[in-house]
Formats: sequence, structure tokens, C-alpha cells
Amino acid sequence: MATLELDIGEDVAVGPVRRTGRLGMLFWMAVGWLVLVFAVAALASLLPLPSPTDMDMLERRAPPSAAHWLGTDGLGRDELSRLIYGAQISLVVGVCAPIIGLVIGGTLGMLAGYFRGRFETLVVGSMDVLLAFPPLILVLAIIAFLGQSVLNLTVILGVLGIPAFMRVARATTLTLSRREFVIAAQALGATHARILLRELLPNVLLPLLAFFLLGVAVTIVVEGSLSFLGFGVPPPISSWGSMIGEGRESLEVAARLAFLPAVAMFLTVLAFNLVGDTLRALTDPRQGAL
Amino acid sequence: MNEPVLLSVEDVSVDLPTPRGNLRAVDHVDLTIGAGRTLGVVGESGCGKTMLSRAILQLLPKKAKLSGRVMFDGQDLVRLDPERLRKLRGRSLAVVFQDPMTSLNPVLTIGTQLIETLQEHLELDLAAAKMRSIELLAAVGIPAPEQRLLQYPHQLSGGMRQRVAIAIALSCEPKLLIADEPTTALDVTIQAQILDLLAREQRRRHMAMIIITHDLGVVAGRTDEVAVMYAGRIVERAPTHDLFKKMRMPYTEALLAAIPKIDAAPHTPLPAISGRPPDPTRPIPGCSFSPRCRYTTELCRREKPPLAEAESPAHRFACFHPIGAAAVVPA
Repeated sequence: MATLELDIGEDVAVGPVRRTGRLGMLFWMAVGWLVLVFAVAALASLLPLPSPTDMDMLERRAPPSAAHWLGTDGLGRDELSRLIYGAQISLVVGVCAPIIGLVIGGTLGMLAGYFRGRFETLVVGSMDVLLAFPPLILVLAIIAFLGQSVLNLTVILGVLGIPAFMRVARATTLTLSRREFVIAAQALGATHARILLRELLPNVLLPLLAFFLLGVAVTIVVEGSLSFLGFGVPPPISSWGSMIGEGRESLEVAARLAFLPAVAMFLTVLAFNLVGDTLRALTDPRQGAL
Repeated sequence: MNEPVLLSVEDVSVDLPTPRGNLRAVDHVDLTIGAGRTLGVVGESGCGKTMLSRAILQLLPKKAKLSGRVMFDGQDLVRLDPERLRKLRGRSLAVVFQDPMTSLNPVLTIGTQLIETLQEHLELDLAAAKMRSIELLAAVGIPAPEQRLLQYPHQLSGGMRQRVAIAIALSCEPKLLIADEPTTALDVTIQAQILDLLAREQRRRHMAMIIITHDLGVVAGRTDEVAVMYAGRIVERAPTHDLFKKMRMPYTEALLAAIPKIDAAPHTPLPAISGRPPDPTRPIPGCSFSPRCRYTTELCRREKPPLAEAESPAHRFACFHPIGAAAVVPA
């Protein structure tokens, strides 16, 4: 191949510069908290914790001590241990349910936004039907019918999240499909699958992931509300919501029993929102600039 | 034209349904281009240039209706099955778009975009595709191509991005390259570089090229033939040399007059073409340029002039009152 004389001469292009934009202290604190919660929840069985279900009727509502760092609850169970095992449930439901929404909703949304036509009408129509149900009532009805279990709860909350993910994916795909690079890819002979997976997916994924984090925060709250109402995970398994519900009974005697799980949930939801917001802010203006 | 015909567009019309009624974007267009030749398609915004290029590539919007034939290398692209058409695109037919800001995928590196195209069409392995990408980037005048492979489009300047887009288009040695306003989005100083690059690669690879532009200056020195489009129709077609020496269609003359002259005195008013292009959803019965033309007569308003031959078969124009004609040509 012929070589060219480059008028720029001995120019060495600098490699891609990673943008080390300042994300702020708050962002890193949020990430730190999430890492801590995830680590503790994942390693719960390896930590030297008393069982979260062992009752000690002589030590009911005991104040914090060397044996029970955060004291015990109304049935004499170790509060710290219940908090950590509760985190497991809250996180499993909180993360897995939005993953269902992300995968199914994202796929449907991308297909609908790319192929348009009758398929889009069908998808959007069925999502509108799903959105028309009052979600909490729907969850309560289904849980009452299918029974309380972590799996049922996750699946139902996941299905309820599908419309939102579908809309985000479809809206992003719609605007992106009109961009010239998609036509350019078609002009280069790319298949539909290739355009969807290689050209569109990397573009759609950023806003979807930011939305996913906000979805996790919402799901944790919803799971908490359901457990508080007694429709969440079945006892004696602990979850933050059910712990708040149980702590409500001894609010005057030991307010910390309701307060501690509430704080844990508050901090976790706040952290997810902060991280999600920061990522959204990072990805949004860049989309416009390109 | 002694080269075999590579592409012939035969009686192609494109209709787009709009809320205001049917819009005829391309109106009975005939074009041919021989292998290794360059054709310029010139016209103002909205005259159907881009729709014509999309019609050739079969990349029209889904609702558009196309009639006529697009013969490429002996096959009718309009009736070709999608899978064979897909294989032809990129491999034999390539396109460079107007705006390199949007024609490259913002979230993939230059290398990924180039290498994947090469792997897809030429079935090269990764190392070979990478080698070839570096050669291509060097060929289109990009310094330090190895490092560029790792960069994202937003890290390059507009001219560089257009060079990358050209490299991707050239990657599979197409027989025909369609350059749809390749320099409109670029700086004037970069424009000449990009056009020279296209002309050089076109000669070197002996590929046919269609340059679509609104700037007569762009096609002047770089094409073998020019077609002037107005309101979806080809109104004049001639070898480039003949067209600039002896244009017949008043619209071509007006288009040329509208180019700013560098030796004109400061504050010379620019001779613009008065009026506006016709509304393509409301076709007019006569010559579509008649409302804006200085030579318009009753005949022009009543009848559409056919694309007739001038003194040589290569030069055709659609006008009843061509420039330089002594008498009115009878209809």
C-alpha cells in the first residue's frame, strides 16, 4: 500500500485520555456505603455473628452489649445479625427485580424502537395495560394468591418494573435509530442483529444502567413497604421492612429497633440514588455533545 | 464513455407520504455511471439529492415508495432480495455521509468500527483486520494510525472524523462510492483536502464515485460528468467541461451566478436566485423552475420540458428556452 506524505510530520498522537472528572466526595461516600453493605451481606454467613433467628427470651430488648453489639429485638434476637441478614433479602430483591425489568424491558424497548410498526404498538399497548393497575394493590393480590416467598416477591416486582425500562430503552432507541451512524451501518451491509447489538446497545446501555440504579432504590423501598405490611418475606426471615414493622410495637421502649433498619434502608436508598444520578449526569450531556 | 456501465438509474421516482400529502422527492430520474467514472449531482437543499442517493442504496425511509429500476453490475437493486443486497452494501457499494459527527458511532472506538467492518465483509482474522485498518487510516492521511484505533470519535476533529468515515467506506474496496455532501459540515480549508483525498483514492482504486453537493465549485475540477437537479428532476446533464463552458439550463446559470466571486468588490450584493423552491407536495404543471426563471413564457408554465439532447448526446437539458439558443425550441 502506498504511503502518504503527512504534512503533520512527526506527530505522536496522545493515547485516549481517561476523563478523571471530579465526581465529588458524596459520590464516593455513597459508593463506599454500598460496597460495605454488599460485602457484609454477601459474607454474612462467614462473619462471627449469632444466628438471626435464635431467640433469647431472657434478653428481650437488651441494650447494646459486648455479646449483642446493637442489642436484641423484642424476641431476644441479635439486632446486628438481623440487620445484616435483612440486608441480604433487601439487596437480593432490590437488585434482582430490576434486573428482570432491565433485561426484558430493555430488550422489548429496543426491538420496539428499532423495528417500529405493529410490534411496537403491541408492546407499548401491553405495557400501558400493565401500568394501568395500581402496582401496590396488584402486588398484594398476587402475593396473597401465590404465597409469600423471596422468589415470588422478586418476580412480581421485576415484572412491574418492565414498562419503565421498556420506555427508557424505546425512547433512546427511537432517537438513536434516526442518527446517521445507523444508516451508515446499514449502508455498510450490517444485519439487524449487528446494528441492534453493536451499534445501538452500547448507546442504550448507559441510560438504562443509570435508570437501573434508581430502580434498585425504588424496589428496596417497595420491598420494605410490603414487608412492613407483612406481605414481604415470610417470618422468621428478617428484612429491613419487616424489622421496622416489628420494631413499631416497642417504639416507646426501644426506638432503635425501628430506627436502625430505617436508617440502613435510608442510607442504602440514598446511596443508590446518588450513584445513579451521578452516572446519569455523566452520560446525558455527553450524548448531546456527540 | 467507453467504460462499461456500472450503475444505471432508470426512471426512478421516490414518493414520500407526508401529513400534507404525497411528496415526490425524486421525479423520473435517469442516470448512468461507468466504472471508474465520477459523477457530480448538484442542486439546492431539498431538491432530492439525498433521496436519490438513498434510493440507489435502497436505504429509503420505510414509508417511501420507489418506482423504476436501479441496475448495479447487472442486478436490479430494487428487486434484489434483502440478504444479497446486504452483502452488496459495504462490499461493492459504499457511502460517505455529510456529517461525520453523526455518521460514526459515538461509543465505539475508531478501531472497533473499522476492524468489525473488515471482519464482516472480508472475513479477515483480527490481526489482519487490524493491520489493514492501520494501512487504511494512513492512506486517508491520518497521522499515528495505531494510536487512533483506540480513540473515540469525539476525540477527533471534524476533518479527521470524515477521513475515518472515508476509510471505513473504502475498507472493502467498493466499486461505487457515494459521497453525500462529504464536505458540507467541514471547514473550507479541510474541504479541499477531503475532496482531493476522495479524488485520489477514486483514481487509485479505479472505483466509480457519485459526489452529491450543492456547490458547483466542488464538482468543477473533480468530476467527469455533472447532473443538475431541481425539484426532484434532473434538469441538465453534461460532461463537466461542457457544462461549465456552455450551460443551457437557466437554473444552472443561476446556480453558478450565486457562487461568491473572490475578485468581486467588497459589499457586492450576492446574486441570489429569487423566490423559493416549489413545494414538492404541490406539483406545478409546467417547468418547476418557471416561477423563478427570467426566461419564463406561457409555454413553460403549461408544459414540462423533456430532458432533450443538446448538440451532443452526452449533453442533455430540460428547457424550452435554453441559454445560447437563437430561437425558441418548439415543444
